[in-house]
Amino acid sequence: MTTVDVRRPAGRGNSVSGWSVRTIIAVVVAIFVLFFVIPIVWLLLATTKSAHALIVGNPFQPGSLGDLAANWTQLFAFQDGAVTAWVGNSALYALGALVITLIASIPAGYAMALTEFRFRRLLLVLTLVVMLIPNTALVLPIFLELNVVGLIGSPLSVILPMSFFPFGVYLTYIYFSTSIPRDLLAAARLDGCGEFQVFTRVALPLAAPIVALVAFFSFVQNWNNFFLPFVMLPSSEGYPIQVGLTSLLASTPAFNPSSAGAQSVQLPTLALATVISVLPVLIVFLFAQRFLVAGMTAGGTKE
Amino acid sequence: MTVMNETGPSATTAPRGGQGERSDAGERSAMSYGFVAPYTALVIAFGVLPALYAVFLAFTDSEGGFAGIANFTKVVSDFRFLPAVAHVALYLVIWLVALVVLVSFLAVVVHAVRVRWLSRTLRFVFYLPGALAGASSVMLWLFVLDPTASPVSGLLHLLGFSSFVQVIVPANLPPVFAIIAFWTGAGGWIVIMYGALNNISPDVIEAARIDGATAVQIARRIQLPMLRKWISYMGIMSLAAGTQLFVEPQLLSQASNAVVPNDYSLNQLAYQYAFQQNDFNGAAAISLLLLVIALALSAVFVTRGGLFEKD
Repeated sequence: MTTVDVRRPAGRGNSVSGWSVRTIIAVVVAIFVLFFVIPIVWLLLATTKSAHALIVGNPFQPGSLGDLAANWTQLFAFQDGAVTAWVGNSALYALGALVITLIASIPAGYAMALTEFRFRRLLLVLTLVVMLIPNTALVLPIFLELNVVGLIGSPLSVILPMSFFPFGVYLTYIYFSTSIPRDLLAAARLDGCGEFQVFTRVALPLAAPIVALVAFFSFVQNWNNFFLPFVMLPSSEGYPIQVGLTSLLASTPAFNPSSAGAQSVQLPTLALATVISVLPVLIVFLFAQRFLVAGMTAGGTKE
Repeated sequence: MTVMNETGPSATTAPRGGQGERSDAGERSAMSYGFVAPYTALVIAFGVLPALYAVFLAFTDSEGGFAGIANFTKVVSDFRFLPAVAHVALYLVIWLVALVVLVSFLAVVVHAVRVRWLSRTLRFVFYLPGALAGASSVMLWLFVLDPTASPVSGLLHLLGFSSFVQVIVPANLPPVFAIIAFWTGAGGWIVIMYGALNNISPDVIEAARIDGATAVQIARRIQLPMLRKWISYMGIMSLAAGTQLFVEPQLLSQASNAVVPNDYSLNQLAYQYAFQQNDFNGAAAISLLLLVIALALSAVFVTRGGLFEKD
């Protein structure tokens, strides 16, 4: 990784204006750092406060563990433990789709990169085109289709469409076509491996990084998906947590005054729900940072 | 978050099949079909078929008879259609301009930072909000925009807002959605641009510096032109994704007791057609319009962009 010095070459005149330009840039960047950081820090702190302290207190003063526990209790008591069920649903959908995605994409990317068959090119172009379409564009058409076959409301109506992950196939395709020498496969064939064994014994063990990368992107995208489950799942029991948040929001008097009542949700509780809704993804992000950045620029760093 | 863009302009071509013996090749290609079968089934079931079915619905009436373009004229002349187009268009203009200008600027600056830990920390800080996508990030911004609870309530009061309803009056929504989208998505693009900047040969930069170019000149004359391909990629992908606006207005509509209408964006209008009016043909017509826009943008990119390898 090369870095470039912003400093101007020595000996050129207007060093004062150079200095002030750099100061201005530093201030602007600092403002953006605050812009990106403040909401997250505030959200984490908000979960430790009482509803009263959240509104009257210093926004950046931490609350207490007792208040965190109280918020936790209120959140998980909401509609007799609905939140637990929603988190469970999210896990079921995201992991179910992840497994099918891996089973479908890794062999497909491998075959498209390293073998020949009819329609290979067609499949590749279709993959590219669909990959570049925002995934929400097909949600209503898929709803209309699944409505015909009567799958609406079933977990499959979410898991199956999520499993279709052309970006994963594309990543796998790029990986196999650039990182695995063909000679290796040919050698395995000479040693008497069948085609299936070439894949499972030679290609797959070498593909661990790409399997992890596809798994990561698939999981993050599925866990965060809102529109698809929102459309496919009419009943609250089937919601993933992302959609469940809307129910919590609707029960928060601060945002929806008509909802004041026994089931009402306080602001810090809603903040806690927001944190819980992103916790798995946040953890993955924190632990996978280096790997993630490497993946994000995987293509970009080689010419 | 736009997850679909983390790939680079890798220029290599897939090695082509060897000229093995005929029976080998036969076995190989039979096995290939096995390898791609599950994925192909998914492509057909959730890519091709829904698109075709939407086409069918869009051109038929509720009895299944051919309707010509009646569904399209119906939705386009719906009194909610043009306002929805205007809302989405305004949001897109603000968001795209902010994205292109600020992402390029921040990427160049982060790239110019010499201290390694600082550069890495900056990228991480910009990137982290990407973990909060969809409903979660909207939820977070509901708090931030509510002057009673907001961590920046001082700033909101300074801007003349004293209640949540004042913040989300319809005129403010396009910038509000643009801010949310920028907060969530910009970091991923900054990291991508940073990677692209690393691709520029240090020799070129060094030569420019020896010739007396300042950092600003280097950015303007060398770095930004070399980023052009990536910037246009970002613009096209964000444009396609932005036309799909749904979660943000949907949640705000709910949070504001319908101060924000539930037919603010095109996708919401399509949703209303399908679920409030039980008019699947109308819903399909709107979806198809949006799909055609997305398809056209993506097709332009696949065929012209040169960013993706399709061998």
